Order: sequence, then structure tokens, then C-alpha cells
Amino acid sequence: MSAIALRPAAMRSPLWIAVWAVPIAAVLAVLPWVMDSYRTIQLAYGLIFAIAGLGFNLLLGYTGLLSFGHSAYFGVGAYTVAFMVKYLHVQSMELFVLGTIAAALLVTAVFGYVCVRYTRIFFSILTLALSQVLWSLAFKFFWVTGGTDGLRVPTPKLLGVVTGESEDKIHFLSHGYYYYVLAVFIVAVAVMWLVVHSPFGKALQAIRDNETRARFVGIRIRRYRFLAFLLSGVFTAIAGALWVPLNGLVTPDALVWTFSGEIVFMSVLGGFRNFTGPIVGAVVYNYLKDFAVGFTVYWQTLMGVVLVVLVMTLPTGIVGTAKLLAATARRRFAR
Amino acid sequence: MNYLETQKLTKYFGDTHAVDKVDFQIGEGEAVSLIGSNGAGKTSLVNLISGLLKPDSGRIVFHGADVTNQSVQDRIKAGIARSFQIVNLFDELTVADNVALSIFAREGKTRWFFTLADHYGAIWAEANDILLQFGLDLKAQYLAGGISQGERKLLDVAVAYALKPRLLFLDEPTSGVSTREKAPIMDVISSIVRSNRITAVVIEHDMDIIFKYSDRIVVMHQGVILASGTPEEIRSNESVKDAVFGPTHA
Repeated sequence: MSAIALRPAAMRSPLWIAVWAVPIAAVLAVLPWVMDSYRTIQLAYGLIFAIAGLGFNLLLGYTGLLSFGHSAYFGVGAYTVAFMVKYLHVQSMELFVLGTIAAALLVTAVFGYVCVRYTRIFFSILTLALSQVLWSLAFKFFWVTGGTDGLRVPTPKLLGVVTGESEDKIHFLSHGYYYYVLAVFIVAVAVMWLVVHSPFGKALQAIRDNETRARFVGIRIRRYRFLAFLLSGVFTAIAGALWVPLNGLVTPDALVWTFSGEIVFMSVLGGFRNFTGPIVGAVVYNYLKDFAVGFTVYWQTLMGVVLVVLVMTLPTGIVGTAKLLAATARRRFAR
Repeated sequence: MNYLETQKLTKYFGDTHAVDKVDFQIGEGEAVSLIGSNGAGKTSLVNLISGLLKPDSGRIVFHGADVTNQSVQDRIKAGIARSFQIVNLFDELTVADNVALSIFAREGKTRWFFTLADHYGAIWAEANDILLQFGLDLKAQYLAGGISQGERKLLDVAVAYALKPRLLFLDEPTSGVSTREKAPIMDVISSIVRSNRITAVVIEHDMDIIFKYSDRIVVMHQGVILASGTPEEIRSNESVKDAVFGPTHA
């Protein structure tokens, strides 16, 4: 029988989570002092993609909706920052994040209104198509967006403090900005953890498991999917906004559909049926891609092979497999 | 006054008259069985009343209010709940989660983002109490997809019961379980339904169960109601014998 006992509530208690989370946060805080700047910046990228992965996985892992258009919301975040710099002369990172949330709510509300009426392949294709609409707008309206040349974004002010001018930019990105990203990452993880373990999160999982039954316990399916879509888009857009200072340039590449594929890849790599899966997947993917790019010019082929091998050998992803192995080990020790 | 009544309720699927101008009534607190051969229109009638299907014409009046055009959610608020012929559960949630989710939805708390579900002690206590009533308390932390078929059937009813319905439709609550398990399952369900004075409509094929647990039996045949009466009246009804039981039924 495939009966599996779930974790008791005690293992989801804040104290239990703190036992795991605090040491991990401490390690992440120490890393810039023990790793070289390049690796630290790579880790910052990884944490940013992890925020996007968390948002994406609210739809895939918790609501059962596979989006192939999350580059749209990442791009909305990135372009919001670029537009705020270019047209409003804003420099504050906090204002960038607030502006991004507002813009993301607007765009995801419109896209979500259309997309959540459908499920499965229809939902996926719609999200893909809409993301491509944004990409083509960014590509064609070059007098606004800079086209393929993109828009340059200078080093922002963090917490109202002008940074990066008196210090080396690499040092700024690998220390000051890294800690900023880490703080936003910790907040994002905490918020998403709360959301998926809330009654709302349970309702999303119910919709994922059985839409008909969810309707017949009184859940308004489309409304909940829409809210999940909004939250998912906002998280991904915040990731896009955080990514801009690291990259220094926003181009239509941030909106292109292949980047949506990368977000899917990250979640599958880490395991989309686990809360921590997309986080681990995003960080590992980032290093993996970095390694592949340095290893061969055919790095896309290498990543493709990795994805195929991953799906065939670790269908539950890195975290899913690790949990399975841990459970097996626990059972053996218990005998 | 009838607790529930349908007036000329009609649903066609192409040329098939699934439910054909059906006038169905049920009194408060009654336990009614809906019987008939496959394709008689029993499940379609329940689907129409519960809101899964929209009728082509006719009215559904529940507790004096016209619910014909109400959403499923509004019907649930009015007190109509159902279980399903093919078990419909949240397979990747625990048994306790399945029941608790009904309670969260009933209490309007599923919209809450920023409070942990685990912190609603009263809801989990009520869920555990319901599981205890259904004999599922020891399986509370198991995934719903990993328990036996008989337990899944019970859980399906428990999820509907957690909505505190006034009218409960049970679509073949013992289908797919062994003969040995059927009576215990029906004993549990019947005891809970009667002790809470829930009006119940049961679709069932097992005649022993129908005759044992029903106050009244409604017989459907080819989309219309063929007969309605007490178990004894139905047992001796010649047209029912021919249409449903067949000539060999004792």
C-alpha cells in the first residue's frame, strides 16, 4: 500500500523551521567573506532566481498550473526598474521594488484574468503567448525600451544610502548588494512559506488535486487561481527588479520565452513538489549553467542532456530525491 | 412543505433525455434512496440539484428558495452537499487536511493568506471529531490517496458532512468496496445522518442496503420517475419489478 504518513504538525512549527533556517541563513551571510566575489555574485543571481522559482512554484507545485510565460513577470520587474531610472530618475532600490509590485499587479491582473479561465496545455500556451507579446513590445518599441540595445541601469541606492560610488562595483555587488538580495530572499521565503501553509495555500493544493471536489467544498476555483497568479507574478517580478543592478542592463532577453523555460528547469531540477525544491534548483541551476558555459560552446546541449537525465533519474528533483533517501534511511535505522 | 422539490426539471444530452420533466420531492429529515438501472438519470438528477450540471428547463426549490440558477458555492451555503460515485478527494493532502479544508471553506477562512492553517485549533479539533465519528481518526495523518477504498468512500462522505449540510446527496457510497465492508460503511453513514437529522438522498444499486436504510424509495427509469413509495410498496410494485429488478428478483 502506498500510504505515506505526512510530517506531523510539530515538524512544521516555527521552532522546527528555525532549527533548519537559521543555520542556513548564517552560512549564506558568511559566504561573501569566504568565497571570491565572482562566486558570491553568482550566488546572488541564484538567490534572485530562487525568488522567481518560489513564485513560479506557487502556480506549478501548489496550484497545478504550468506557466511557460514567467519571463513576462521577470521582465516586467526588470523594465519597471529601467523605466523608473530613465523616465523618473529614481535611484532608490526600495522604490524600485514598490514600483515593481505595482506594475506586476497590473500586468498579472490582466494576464491572469485571461489565463486562469483555462488549465493544462491551454493555460501553458496562453501564458507563453502573452509573454511573447510583451517581448515583442520590448523588441519593437525601441524608442521607449532601447530595443536590443536595452536600457542601462546605474548602481542603485540601498536603504537611502548612496553606495557603489566610492567603492569598487564588484565589491558592492558581492557584499552590500548581496546582503540586500539575501534579506529580500529571506523575507520572500518567509512570506511564501506562510502563504502555502495558510488555509489559502491548502485551498490551492485542493484545487491542484481535485478541482471538482474543491468546487464542492465551496472554493471558488477561478478566484483562487487568479490570486495565486497575482502572487506568483509579483514574486517573479521582484526577482526581475533585484536582477537589474547585478546585470546593469535590461534587454528584451529578460522577457523571451526561453527564459521562462529556464524557470521551469530550475523548479524541475530542485523538485516542484517541495517548498525548498525551486530554491535549491535555482541556485544549482545557476552554477550548473555557469559551469556549462565555461566548459563548452555547446552549453545548451549539455543543459538539455542534464534535463533529460534529470527527468529520467530524479523525477522528484534534487530535494524530492534527498527526502526520499532520508526517509528510507530513517526506516532502516528504525528497524 | 417539501424540503426540496424539483419542478419539471429537464436535462437532455443530444437525443438522450437524461432527466425528463422530473418532479422530485423530499421532506425534511427523510432518508430517500434513488434507484434505477444504469442510465436511468439518477446521477444526472443529483448533478442538477447539486449544481454540477445546469438544467435545460425546470426549477429547483430548496427550503422555499429557488436555487436553480445559484452557483455550487451558494448551494453549499444554503446547505446542499454531496459525495461522489467515483471518490473525489484531495489525494495528496492528508485525511485530516481533507476534512479540515471543508471546515475552512465553510467558515470562509480559505481566503486567509497570512495565518498558518495549523494555528486554527478549533478547526482541527472539529476535523478530528468528524474523523472519529467516521472511524478514520487513526488515519488522520495518512495521505488520502494511500488509504483503502472503503476508507476513501467514508472520507468522501466525511468531507461533505464537514460542510454541515442540511441536505446530503450520497452517490453510491458503497460502490467499489467488498460486500463485507458495505454494511459497516452504511451503518456509520446512516448513524451520523440520522443523529444529525440530515435529509439524505442515496443513490445505490445494492437492494439489501436500499431496503434496510431507506424511509422512502424513488425509482427512476429512462429519465423519469417511475414510482415512489416505502420499501414495502416498491418491493411489491410490478412495474418497478419489470423495469429495475427484472423478472427473477424475489
